[in-house]
Amino acid sequence: MSGDNIFTGLAEEHDGDARWAFGTGFTEALAGVDTTLPEGVDGEELARYCQMLGDDALVQAQRLSQWVTDAPELEEEVALANIALDLLGQARLLLARAGQADGTGRDEDDFAYRRDAAQFRNVRLTAAPRGDFARAITTLLVLSGWRLSLMSRLRESRDPVLAAIAAKAVNELAYHREYAVSWALRLGDGTEYSHERMAEAVAHVWPATGELFATHPVEARMAELGVGVDPATVAGEVHDVLAQVLTTATLGEPGPFPEPAVAGRKGDHGPELAPLLEEMQQVAREHPEASW
Amino acid sequence: MVTTLTDRDRAHRAAAAVTDPELPMLTLEDLGILREVRIEEDGTVAVWITPTYSGCPALAEMRVDVDRAVRAAGFAQVEVRTALSPAWSSDWITDEGRRKLSEHGISPPGQAPARTSGPVPLTLSPTRTVPRCPLCGGADTEELSRFGATSCKSLHRCRSCLEPFEHVKEI
Repeated sequence: MSGDNIFTGLAEEHDGDARWAFGTGFTEALAGVDTTLPEGVDGEELARYCQMLGDDALVQAQRLSQWVTDAPELEEEVALANIALDLLGQARLLLARAGQADGTGRDEDDFAYRRDAAQFRNVRLTAAPRGDFARAITTLLVLSGWRLSLMSRLRESRDPVLAAIAAKAVNELAYHREYAVSWALRLGDGTEYSHERMAEAVAHVWPATGELFATHPVEARMAELGVGVDPATVAGEVHDVLAQVLTTATLGEPGPFPEPAVAGRKGDHGPELAPLLEEMQQVAREHPEASW
Repeated sequence: MVTTLTDRDRAHRAAAAVTDPELPMLTLEDLGILREVRIEEDGTVAVWITPTYSGCPALAEMRVDVDRAVRAAGFAQVEVRTALSPAWSSDWITDEGRRKLSEHGISPPGQAPARTSGPVPLTLSPTRTVPRCPLCGGADTEELSRFGATSCKSLHRCRSCLEPFEHVKEI
């Protein structure tokens, strides 16, 4: 870096690889990583699995980013943006892995910018409309707790790339959950008004939690091979955590999760995903030759 | 090409001296993200670096800087590779790195939480890190925000000298 003036840096003659603004490692999240497939694993199926976990993170990151310039306090804005950035990083690694595993050579940008809503495999809750701060915290509490449980187990994956991505993700998700927990406690056990808003948020988010524990055939297959995690197996653990948090937050013991049913994992999304993607993909689609 | 220890050392020295764009007082070696430098049979210098956080945008910049620095040291072929495992820990920041952080008014991280294989236990009242003020050395400090200007830092204030300061988080 050596304190180069940014304008000088941008104006210099480059060999195409000298400054990040002109595209460097951004399409190479897994550059130099040994991406050999584990024995007995179908690359296309592994790719579909990576895409599910990657899309969850990508869509949630995009939704969280909408708090930037709009959170109750600057500190919370920075916090949510940081969490979104971690998730975006996880998404980049997972989608890059998907493109390599299925042999199509698609890169992270192909996945992020050049697919329509029906081709996304995220669970619906990741795309849920932003709502108020209490809903954002409740959604983050549920999703970070769920993803933390999935990723903790995925550290044991037979696919060394997935295992490594998961090991990093666990460290990050642990403090994402901690952040959501601290706000859930503060709002739930706060004033009468904040308690009311938090209770409303939990009632609103809860019906969407069933899908998180529904097993798609790809997830079942990957779990069978010791490569992935069957989300149904983490339901008890996630419920225990949520029950502890909500009870301590004086929001009462939550009921059981709703009946699990696969939706987003098979491309069946609510109407909120398409406009979210439209915003995310606009620049890339309008300027297909652009690089960054 | 005959590779000698000296060549490898020169390549290593060049890569190790590259600085972090967000924490320019630290070299990649200080940060503990330079994992390996090797000269392969065809003379290519292979450099492995590991990301601090999954989404750290500084990594792309560092890759380019490593490539440039090693080429400037006289090596024609350089490949900068990503090492994902084991995941980076703030424990890998060297003593020298910690000293430089303090010197620049940034509080170095304490010991990272232990990594266990089971589920991550829920903490309802997290034990907050209370770093010493890197400016006046005061122990009476408060956390302003767990999240700071970069993924790796939190924001604090010293109750003695009243100055705000950044702290590199334990991970």
